[in-house]
Amino acid sequence: MSAEAFADQGLIGTSVLRKEDDALLRGRGRFLADLVIPDSLEAAFVRSPHAHAKVTRIDLEAARALPGVVAAYTWDDIRDTVSELFLEAEMRIPEQVKEAIRPLSRLQPVPLLADGLVTCVGQAVVMIIAVDRYVAEDAIELVEVGYEPLPPLVDPLAALDADAPIVVPGTDDNLAISVEGRSGDIETALAEAAYVVTERYRSHRYVASPMETRGVAVMLDPRDGGLTVFASTQTPHRLREVIAGTLRLDSGRVRVTAPDIGGGFGQKGVQYVEDVLLPYAAHRLGRSVRWVEDRTENLTSSSHAREQVHDITLAADAEGRLLALRDDVVINLGNANLTGLVVPYNTLTHVIGPYVIPVLDLRVRGVLTTTMMTTPYRGAGRPEAVFAMERAMDRLARAMGIEPHELRARNLVRPEKMPHRTGLMYRDGTMQTYDSGDFPELLRRLVGHLKIDEVRARQRGGGTAPGKRLGVGLAMYIEGTGLGPFESGSVTVLPNGRVRVATGASSQGQAHQTVFAQVAADAIGVPLDRIDLIEGDTAAIGHGVGTIASRSMVTAGNAIHLAGLAVRERLLADAAEALGTAPEDLEIVDGVVRPADKPEAGIDVAALAARRAPLLVPGTSTGPGAMISETTFFKPPTVTVASAAHGAVVEVDERTGKVEILSYAVVHDCGRVVNPMVADGQVTGGVMQGIGGALYEEMEYGPDGQPRSVTYMDYLVPTAAEAPPYVLDHIETRSALNPLGVKGLGEGGAIAPPAALANAVEDALGPDRVHITRGPLTPSRVKDLIRGASSGASPDER
Amino acid sequence: MPEITLHVNGLEHRLDVPDRMLLTDALRQRLGLTGTHVGCEHGVCGACTILLDDQPVRACLTLAVQADGHRIRTVESVAPSEEELHPVQQAMRDCHGLQCGFCTPGIVMSLLALHEQEEPPGPEEIDETLSGHLCRCTGYRNITEAAHRALGCAGHAGPADAAGHEHEGAGR
Repeated sequence: MSAEAFADQGLIGTSVLRKEDDALLRGRGRFLADLVIPDSLEAAFVRSPHAHAKVTRIDLEAARALPGVVAAYTWDDIRDTVSELFLEAEMRIPEQVKEAIRPLSRLQPVPLLADGLVTCVGQAVVMIIAVDRYVAEDAIELVEVGYEPLPPLVDPLAALDADAPIVVPGTDDNLAISVEGRSGDIETALAEAAYVVTERYRSHRYVASPMETRGVAVMLDPRDGGLTVFASTQTPHRLREVIAGTLRLDSGRVRVTAPDIGGGFGQKGVQYVEDVLLPYAAHRLGRSVRWVEDRTENLTSSSHAREQVHDITLAADAEGRLLALRDDVVINLGNANLTGLVVPYNTLTHVIGPYVIPVLDLRVRGVLTTTMMTTPYRGAGRPEAVFAMERAMDRLARAMGIEPHELRARNLVRPEKMPHRTGLMYRDGTMQTYDSGDFPELLRRLVGHLKIDEVRARQRGGGTAPGKRLGVGLAMYIEGTGLGPFESGSVTVLPNGRVRVATGASSQGQAHQTVFAQVAADAIGVPLDRIDLIEGDTAAIGHGVGTIASRSMVTAGNAIHLAGLAVRERLLADAAEALGTAPEDLEIVDGVVRPADKPEAGIDVAALAARRAPLLVPGTSTGPGAMISETTFFKPPTVTVASAAHGAVVEVDERTGKVEILSYAVVHDCGRVVNPMVADGQVTGGVMQGIGGALYEEMEYGPDGQPRSVTYMDYLVPTAAEAPPYVLDHIETRSALNPLGVKGLGEGGAIAPPAALANAVEDALGPDRVHITRGPLTPSRVKDLIRGASSGASPDER
Repeated sequence: MPEITLHVNGLEHRLDVPDRMLLTDALRQRLGLTGTHVGCEHGVCGACTILLDDQPVRACLTLAVQADGHRIRTVESVAPSEEELHPVQQAMRDCHGLQCGFCTPGIVMSLLALHEQEEPPGPEEIDETLSGHLCRCTGYRNITEAAHRALGCAGHAGPADAAGHEHEGAGR
């Protein structure tokens, strides 16, 4: 359907096909590794084979002597001219939070290469620069590193033991983060409760695994030595600041551009040592250099996620009304605290979910271990919180003898009670508030989609094949979306009538070229195909944050919307002057500004822009305002709350332990939807990642600190064969916190599947027989649960 | 260094390549055909799939010297013109079968091989083929839909056309 056909009724809300697709389908995408940079050198890294060891000796002589090797660096070679890696934007804590909560978040700058110590397998020890990657990898084989192994530390609970090995030398313990949130009197509430369940739930470690690995390519401007950095990143503006800060350069001499990005999911939203080591090498050598991560590096040396232990207590009165929630959480941060409170605080403020809970006693601690660091990944602390809470809700429902959905129905925040305050402070320093939503409607629809009554009838009637057991489970969540502090949007009408839109929020597959064009086209009144979006380039717009935290449509979308409206006003004023009429009597349709009562007298926006183009037309202004261009920064007052209910009907084969999803249902609320096709795609992709985490994927470490899933043969990303029959349903409660009425949706799909599927599998196997406390629910783990049940042993906890 | 001849997308190329050079690197770095993507370099993800003598092959598990004298087709050759996409590509677009687009070229090449085979593939063959490709963005549903649409198997609901629309369908 042509864009013009929509122009009258507006493009927002329509499933415009993506502008991105044609190039990508023809193999004309330009991903990091596709960039042709003449005479570029390539980097490769010597990485630690040990979880924890002193580095006693590094011999680079043979490597440096290999023909084709240009340079080899250790930390000692570079330490005098660079700073350690520190992500200031991630570690910043608002003053209100500091005063009210007094959180601990220990600052931990990270050396760019091992400084006499390695604290996880895969840590970069030496950087090799060679004529190509083949030679660089040959050189790796010639590097001799002496290691003196130290005790590994893998388990997050063990990290708190008094005699645990210390990960960061010079510190007394491994506690890097501690944050608490309280409301009401927990002891009284627990004493008065009719039902109390206390359980320990573990969220296992799994990873983002974007299909394109990370990578950096750096070109040097021969005129002034300035750096042009191409990076597979979600946050180019933040990366610019990190590169400039670490290399002690003026950030004006660093330009960061994100080309096409092959998925990010959070893993590319943080900055890594390689992101600054490559610019360092280019700067020092005066040569272009690139590094393209391989898959094993991505699995071991790019950030992991999710690993948490929850000791959760849920209390209810005799009618099943929730009285209190206590959750004591330990997060395995891995070997570095680079992202501070992001994940811990998300967990703290999302464990409550869509429920009214008067008394809260929450504590989240982040501990260091000798494993790869964990950072935000799609959901960022929320899937883990939801796994614990929604598992506990099921246990509570069983204790009371009522349906799990009935217990939830009794405790949901009612739509008429919005906005709802939880009693906690949010990470941005405001009091956490659910601005809108209709949680009972989400649940009502989900129960219908799952046909729970039919499932119960089949369970009772033995309507399954021998050895197979049927189960149904559900999970609900809320998600604070559209995180600030701001995002930028710039809209310019060029003299040829094209509209250039620039924003700091870059795309990794979210169809920004299409959806932001829809927003801009509607705001101004021009056809979709006149819009050109420039994103992911620090030279195109000075300030920006990036595409993380389900924020782009909320923050960048509204910035573009407001800039577009301002441009529209400019066009109306200019046309009014040209036509000798009042702006109120004009409309903009299809790129033409025209009197509503005399459309044939209209002026194309191209003519209006040309009229202002300096020096083209005699008498035009060359001063400020000469171009029809507006830049806006949208600062959301706080996050806006998206919500959803997920559920699954599963069949478990007791002989093989295989879990088959017979149907998966989602009822989703992300406020106003700009492009339903794209929105559905985002949710559905998230659901599949959640299913992967629930049933297949685990980044497991052995007790020796060795990662056990370092290829795709071991790390099981689900395929099309694992995609279940599926229902996706939407409700739309618009956000009042932004002009477009939108809420974020990038992460949501991934949040609930681990909880919903665990609930369904436990329902199938019999909650009185087994207790699922962790995932993934692989055939062997399910078999273990069944064996434990038949032998009467308590289910294993590891 | 061996000299090899590759017939790529209808053109003959003579190349000096090291024995150990992967076909992916030869195509991407020597011939500039960067549409063939490298996702894992161990033959699992399928992003590097090309057609070697009309059969889908993982280019990351193939040495350039092994392709000496053979015919290769890459994603760059698939669309009939600048204006038109191949039906497989068009179906991927119409069904929103791609998000970041990184895995897409490999999927297009595998589906192209099915599209060209004499015996039209059945639904199971299509699904079996798709299970050889990893995609982290889409959740596969729309890719499956696109494949069935392009290869002439009916019966899957398309993407929703309006907010609030519910759509049901089997993902396999």
